[in-house]
Amino acid sequence: MLLEVDDVHVFYGAVEALKGISLQVAKGEIVALIGANGAGKTTTLKMISGVRPVKTGKVRFDGQDITHMPGHKRVDLGLCQAPEGRGIFPGMTVVENLEMGAFNRKGSLTEDFDRVYDLFPRLAERRKQVGGTMSGGEQQMLAIGRALMARPEVLLLDEPSMGLAPKLVSQIFSIIRQINAQGTTVLLVEQNAVQALTLAHRAYVLEIGKIVRSAPAADLLADDSVRAAYLGGDLGASA
Amino acid sequence: MHLHSFVTQFWPSTVDGVTLGSIYALFALGYTLVYGVLKLINFAHSEVFMVGTMSAMWIMHFLNISAIQSGFALVGALLLAALFSMGGSAATALALERVAYRPLRRRGASRLAALISAIGASFVLQQVFEVYYSNQYSNFPRLFKHSTLFNIGSAQITTDRVLIVVAAVVMMVALERTVALTKLGRGIRAVAQDPETATLMGVNIDRTIMYTFLLGGIMAGVAAVLWNVRFEQTRFDIGFLPGIKAFTAAVLGGIGNIRGALLGGLIIGLLELYGASVFGSQWRDTTVFVVLVLVLLFRPSGLLGESLARARA
Ligand SMILES: Nc1ncnc2c1ncn2[C@@H]1O[C@H](COP(=O)(O)OP(=O)(O)OP(=O)(O)O)[C@@H](O)[C@H]1O
Ligand SMILES: [Mg+2]
Repeated sequence: MLLEVDDVHVFYGAVEALKGISLQVAKGEIVALIGANGAGKTTTLKMISGVRPVKTGKVRFDGQDITHMPGHKRVDLGLCQAPEGRGIFPGMTVVENLEMGAFNRKGSLTEDFDRVYDLFPRLAERRKQVGGTMSGGEQQMLAIGRALMARPEVLLLDEPSMGLAPKLVSQIFSIIRQINAQGTTVLLVEQNAVQALTLAHRAYVLEIGKIVRSAPAADLLADDSVRAAYLGGDLGASA
Repeated sequence: MHLHSFVTQFWPSTVDGVTLGSIYALFALGYTLVYGVLKLINFAHSEVFMVGTMSAMWIMHFLNISAIQSGFALVGALLLAALFSMGGSAATALALERVAYRPLRRRGASRLAALISAIGASFVLQQVFEVYYSNQYSNFPRLFKHSTLFNIGSAQITTDRVLIVVAAVVMMVALERTVALTKLGRGIRAVAQDPETATLMGVNIDRTIMYTFLLGGIMAGVAAVLWNVRFEQTRFDIGFLPGIKAFTAAVLGGIGNIRGALLGGLIIGLLELYGASVFGSQWRDTTVFVVLVLVLLFRPSGLLGESLARARA
């Protein structure tokens, strides 16, 4: 397993946000993590990235125990995240934001810039614009592009389709598929559960800090109780 | 009110105001950088400056340099004073970060706790220099003749004033470029704008904070040696008044904003000297404090805004 989370508990003060969750991501997979608001999806990704401390439990990356490794070092291992709310640096230009993605990398970034501009031509047109003045959709492209600049082994995406027009949502999802096809493993958190499950190989369902289901994405997509809870019942059928 | 003396003193006041203001501007950078990154006021920064003035003075006394120098000896003496000043200030800034701030940050303590910690550290540093060095003023030697190069109106432009303004401008530009163009600068801006996302990009927050204190300390060190050149004496509490004025300059320009520190420094330097010529020299400090209160009341974000966080450096 490339990424393993083993019985992890995370607290905010006295409140237990993750109550012993375990999950695995194998190399080359797209794994989706779905669940209602407040279930702990963002907390899970932040914990994996090392910006929420683990109280008990283990996190392993490529066999190495990284439970207490500082967050910035995990980036060097290849664990990168496009966080919820995008986290664009508002005072930096598109180019500077992309450079931030490659903060600890040495050597030429030309190829990486080309790749990102290729995936998101809109970013190429706006190189000199500051992040704070970009539209929500443009910021989302920038956030994903920035995570790619690190050449991640595993890409953690927290609601990449949030606030995007339907057309852009499909575009983002097809780009995720493309990134995965190029060899990047993806752990995806999504509200847009139908599309996430259509894209993913496997999925976990999180409910108030606990994993309640784990199955191939196609099984969950076909499961009536999952459909009712997360996919908007029959409405999901038309998607 | 002495409007007549304001008119007759206008050019000398302006020249002295700009000279003093460039020292304040360098000094203000430490407040501004640390605020930009940690969102807290480093009230011990005045002692960072004080240690700089003391270190530069100490090395001159230690080497028995006490007279006018020329040629290489002059350049050497000035560089040595500057190196000791920057070294002393930088080391103090780093020690403060490690001892007074980092442990509190680790425990997630409030900003009020950090403020109290800074004030405590400030007292300790002053007392150490008062007790173990001296509570009297010590002289910093005049290393070169302060001769007049040319006149502007009734003001004499002397070599020391030119040195101070040129050195201050060079350092400010160097710092501004460092923050705008280097990897270190990008890291500092990233932490200022969004520390958690900065971590997700691989930025080492602790190290970035350390470098921020280091840069602020170096700038205060340059301010300190220039202060010595201008006023030629120092003691344990020398940082107090210029510290408040530099802080006022930082707030006036927009704390967190590097160009704001330059603008604020120059305005405060000029106001101080103009205030002295209009109201009498006993009012020069009061003029600055009135400005601080007015800025905090009516424009707390300063003239240029808090921009390390928002605009482009
Ligand atoms: N910084 C915090 N301090 C205290 N509680 C927090 C904090 N962050 C999250 N929580 C709580 O932890 C729980 C899980 O939050 P989390 O953000 O992980 O949920 P989520 O599944 O990502 O939700 P959403 O779909 O709304 O993004 C929630 O109850 C939330 O209120
Ligand atoms: Mg979330």
